[in-house]
Amino acid sequence: MSYLNEKEIHRFKQRVLGLSGEDVTRCIQCGKCSAGCPISPEMDLQPNQVIHLIQINDPERVLRSEAIWLCASCQTCSVRCPEDIDVAQIMDVLRKVALEDQIVVGQENGMRFNECFLESIRKRGRVNEMRILLRYNLVAHQPLKDTHLGLVMYAKRKLSFSSRKIKEVSLIKKIFQNSQRFITGKME
Amino acid sequence: MKVGYYPGCSLESSAKEFDLSLRAIFQEMDISLREIPDWNCCGASPAHSLSEELGMALPYRNLVKAEEEGFREIISPCPACYSRMKHTHEKVVLDRSLADRLRTLVGKDYRGSLEAKHILDFLKDDIGLRQLKSKMKRSLKGLKVASYYGCLTRLPGVKIDDVENPVMMDEIVEALGGKSLDWSYKTECCGASLSLTKTEIALRLVRSILEAAEEKGAECIAVVCPLCQSNLDVRQSVVYKKKMPILYITQLIGLTQGLGYAKLGLDGLIVSPRDLLQKKGIIEK
Repeated sequence: MSYLNEKEIHRFKQRVLGLSGEDVTRCIQCGKCSAGCPISPEMDLQPNQVIHLIQINDPERVLRSEAIWLCASCQTCSVRCPEDIDVAQIMDVLRKVALEDQIVVGQENGMRFNECFLESIRKRGRVNEMRILLRYNLVAHQPLKDTHLGLVMYAKRKLSFSSRKIKEVSLIKKIFQNSQRFITGKME
Repeated sequence: MKVGYYPGCSLESSAKEFDLSLRAIFQEMDISLREIPDWNCCGASPAHSLSEELGMALPYRNLVKAEEEGFREIISPCPACYSRMKHTHEKVVLDRSLADRLRTLVGKDYRGSLEAKHILDFLKDDIGLRQLKSKMKRSLKGLKVASYYGCLTRLPGVKIDDVENPVMMDEIVEALGGKSLDWSYKTECCGASLSLTKTEIALRLVRSILEAAEEKGAECIAVVCPLCQSNLDVRQSVVYKKKMPILYITQLIGLTQGLGYAKLGLDGLIVSPRDLLQKKGIIEK
């Protein structure tokens, strides 16, 4: 088991520290993060278990967990941590590390939604909710999902195909092209 | 009084009632809102999750545009837009190398002169309860309101009220003659970020919030976030048998200013508040 190798034992913990600035060795495993987490019933690993697995250097289980993707970034864990560890920030970094290492398991729909959202900004400078919803349902192979709610919203004119495109859309495209992907460390 | 305004994308579509009611009450108070010219989407969490740099470059361009217009303050109604803007401002002011990178990306310099505010912040501190009261033509007549803040007080860069027990909205409701309820779901997550991709989870959270409000005797829920509103309003029929109207705080304020039902976008809500408001005598039959 790699995490018992003496030389390697701090490696993942150090990587998380370098990227998030958060030191998980401070965690006292009180469990407040998991107790307050609104999504914990659906999570395969509880937030305090995620922190513990970083402490004992088990990147595999952490990065392949569904928990890091179910996290809604509501920050309840972070504001309740008695050791002042920004757990939500760690979750954010873990998602990025999983993407960078290309070991994301079963999160196709989340990725697809993000792509639809960003495509709308890249093309128009703003988000058109109607187009995003339709496009997302198509690429997620669920064309009829939430149709009844969509129709109600359309009838209330909460959704519309037309939307303004900003004038400097070419600048937005350039910003997308030139932005550095993924993460840069906070402590190097 | 003139202030900068950043509506954000949802206020042009799913949350247009927020935009309508906000503009209407500001007009009533003689505050002129000026939109950031040619503003772009803040990128929300998808931009940030793809690239931290992109997640800050998008709000950076809006900050630059607002500064060029000579604005001092920018009001954002959407907590996500507000957090992205405030967070970017704070990072840029503190970190020279980040500021250099963003300047290169966007092609313009941001001097860091702006103050980003959430609408709630502005209502409470800049406008104040006294002015809200002075514009009242009618009262909320004891309407029982559960004020729901969601994750607003915990978002990055946001420091506007007590994190776990915010009261800003409650104070406004009370000042306007409503009955603000003490309940424990004020800052529970509504799950809007999972609403499309993990719908079952969002539905569970929506139901728990609606039931908690009902248990305390709430007749409606007041919100300050377009995502909370649409999640609680649009998905309500799937998990909740009764009807719990979800109103923006700006709509409640507008009602006390005697502004019309349609002018405040109240007809745009999915769960209609009409019967409730008539029963309470807040609007005419």
